[in-house]
Parts: sequence; structure tokens; C-alpha cells
Amino acid sequence: MTVVCVHGPLRKPLGDRAEHELTGDTVVELLKRLEREHPEISGWILDERGLIRRHINVFVNGERGAEGTAVQSGDRVEVLPAITGG
Amino acid sequence: MTELVVGTKKGLFLLEGTPASGFEVKTRAFAGEPVDFATRDPRSGRAFATVTSPFYGPKIFYTDDPGGAGEWLQADGVTLPEGGDQALERIWVIASGEADGTLYAGGDPGVLFESHDGGASWELNAALWEEPSRPQWQPGGGGLCLHSISTWPGDPDRLAIAVSAAGMWLTEDGGRSWRRGNDGLVPGNLPEDASEEALNARCVHHVERAPRQPERLFMQFHGGVFRSDDAGTSWTAIGDGLPSDFGFPLAVDPADPDSAYVIPLVADMDRVMPDARVRVYETRDGGSSWSPRGDGLPAENAYLTVLRQAFNRKGEGDELELYFGATSGEVFGSGDAGATWSTVASRLPPVYSVVAVG
Repeated sequence: MTVVCVHGPLRKPLGDRAEHELTGDTVVELLKRLEREHPEISGWILDERGLIRRHINVFVNGERGAEGTAVQSGDRVEVLPAITGG
Repeated sequence: MTELVVGTKKGLFLLEGTPASGFEVKTRAFAGEPVDFATRDPRSGRAFATVTSPFYGPKIFYTDDPGGAGEWLQADGVTLPEGGDQALERIWVIASGEADGTLYAGGDPGVLFESHDGGASWELNAALWEEPSRPQWQPGGGGLCLHSISTWPGDPDRLAIAVSAAGMWLTEDGGRSWRRGNDGLVPGNLPEDASEEALNARCVHHVERAPRQPERLFMQFHGGVFRSDDAGTSWTAIGDGLPSDFGFPLAVDPADPDSAYVIPLVADMDRVMPDARVRVYETRDGGSSWSPRGDGLPAENAYLTVLRQAFNRKGEGDELELYFGATSGEVFGSGDAGATWSTVASRLPPVYSVVAVG
């Protein structure tokens, strides 16, 4: 199982729960599974094309990840709203 | 009492008051979020907000108690087909339909959603989505936005919609098929020998129907103001007498099919008020002549911009009230059909939309 840790406003519709244990071989598989299990956030992380929304950052074990980044059991995936502005 | 539902760059504001007594902010919702459009369905009283979070994408929210403790719920189905090569970018407008419980929402990329349960759930209009010319549609400066939805009083099968810059589209069968309605609209910035496909890039900015004479529509185009007397099939330029051919919003007096109000801006390359004066222009003869209406509006050093959804009215005839908001955060109102104006709110975030109800 891979731990997907959700930060920011997404936690509220997920029952104020940050960590979610999921199975999948890539980041996008994990995120699709998370959205399927929690329809209230369907479309909030991934758009219709299956792409991570532009201002959402995903890290896998502390390294920047993308849709196709491979994951395995024991990995930790962080999903964060980007810091914007400047 | 009038309620103004105001969408801004930083949230939704509900204002209550009258043009004579002034307005107060009663509620703010979606703090910090861009509310592209907000309205109330006059039949149910349900309020809607279209919110494009920079993080989480465009959504429609609704509540039956916007001024109280009512929770805003996310509407279902506001999405494009999964696995395609396009994503929903923004919802520009929501309009009440003629059939009970029916509403329409227009968005980018040139899409129309329908709801038949009062706005809780929505589905994509398939015929427009699958329109064969869609691959050639070109976005305007604000995206490929479907921003105007004009219903036909008493006939739920007839709709006129406008997409910038894919022009006017008309249906007489409830949205099962669509045809163009662009005759007479002359796109600027194209070569004389432009192909028919290129000429279809009509940059319509806003369309309103005259409800007592529904075959008549008025349009603010990217270059000019136009009128149609054949339900949107063809258009005649009526902008002579206006200080410019550019602007975004348009409103009508429902009691008078010859009436229209526009708010001209200098030009597409300089989107501020001509002569740095805030003025609304009114016609009462179908566009043969225009009169400036600025009594009570800023008359100097006013470099304001009014966006396409930020002009609305309540009532009609002698009871006509007009309201518009600017990106400077001011909202102006008139309780006498534009003869006199007052500032009804100031120092709001940039105003994206104004809807008057009550």
C-alpha cells in the first residue's frame, strides 16, 4: 500500500483525514483511485484529461512527481496546493 | 428591496438596498476564491456561484439560503467527458430555462450544460459538444467562452447562445441541433480574402433578447453593436452615435423591444471608458440613436472597465433598475432606467458579474 497524504482544503471533504492508503503503480492510478473512493473530490486533483491540475503539486518520497511517476508499496505521496504569487 | 448578487475576484457578495436608500453588504461567500458568475433562479430562489479555483478547477455551487447559514453544495456533472484532450476551464454564465426546473450553464471551451432538476445536477449538451466545426473554433481573449444564453419566452425549444469567438448558435429543437446565426456580422482583423472557415470566427461579446418581441436580439460585438429582427439569423449594425464600437455588457428594458443599454470602452487595445467618463448609452428606437446616461456617475479621471457579465437590470418600464460593476470594485445603480445614478458599493474586489433580484 502507498500512503497518499492530502494537504490544504482537500482534507475537509475527505473527512478531515490527511492520509489515505491506496494501491496503484503510478501517481495517476493512485489519484484516480482516491477520487473514485471519494466522489466529493472528483475532478479536484485531476482534470478530465487525467492530468494533475496546474496548481497542484505532487511529491513522491520528497521528490517532485507527475502523472506517470512509478510508485510502490511503502512510498509516500504528498498532494499539495502550489504556493502561487510572487 | 433589491438584492445584488455580485461575483468578484475574491468571493461572492450579497448586497441589499434600494437605489434611493443605498446598499449594504449582507453576506460574503467563497472568501478568496474567484467567483466568475453568481445569480439566483427567480423561480426557486436558489442561488448559484460558478467558482474557478486556481487549484481545483471550475465548479458550480448552489444553496437555497445564501444569506443565512445555508451550506453551498457542489453541483454534479459539471465536467467534460473523461479521457479526452480538453478540460473544462470556466463556467461563464447560468441562465434559467423556460421549462420547469431547467437551467443552462455556458462555459469554456464553448460548452453548454443543462440541468433539469433545478441546478443540482447537470449534463453536457451533446449536439454542441459534437458540432462538426468545433475543431476550427478559435478562442477570444477570455478563452473559448460561451457567455450568453437567451431563452425564448414560452418556448423551451428555442435558444440563442453566443461563443467568443465561435459566434452565434441557434436551436429550435431544444438543443438537439444547432445552426449558426452570423449573417451580417463582420469580423475585424481578418484579410479580405479570408476563408469561410476563418470568417466564422465571430467575436460576440454579449447578447440579450427583447422578451416582448423575442425575434429581436441586441448584441455587443467585438467591433460594433448589432440588432437582429429574425431571431438571431442575421444582424444589422446599429452602433452609429456611440463613442466607440467596443465594449462588453448589454442590457434591455423588457417592456420596450426598442430599448438597449451598452457601456462602451475606448477600444480592444484600451479597455477603459472613453474620455475617462463613466457613461451608459441608451437607445429607445432600436439603435437608430443613442443617448449618454451619466448623471451621478464619475465624470472625470475615471478609467474603469466593465466586464461582460457585470451589467444587469431588475424590473421594467418606469420601474426599471440598472446596475453595473467595474473591475475597480465599484458598483453603480439607477432606479429610474438610467436617468440618474449613484454608487451603491465601492472598494469591493474586481467585479466579474452583477445580477439584480428581488
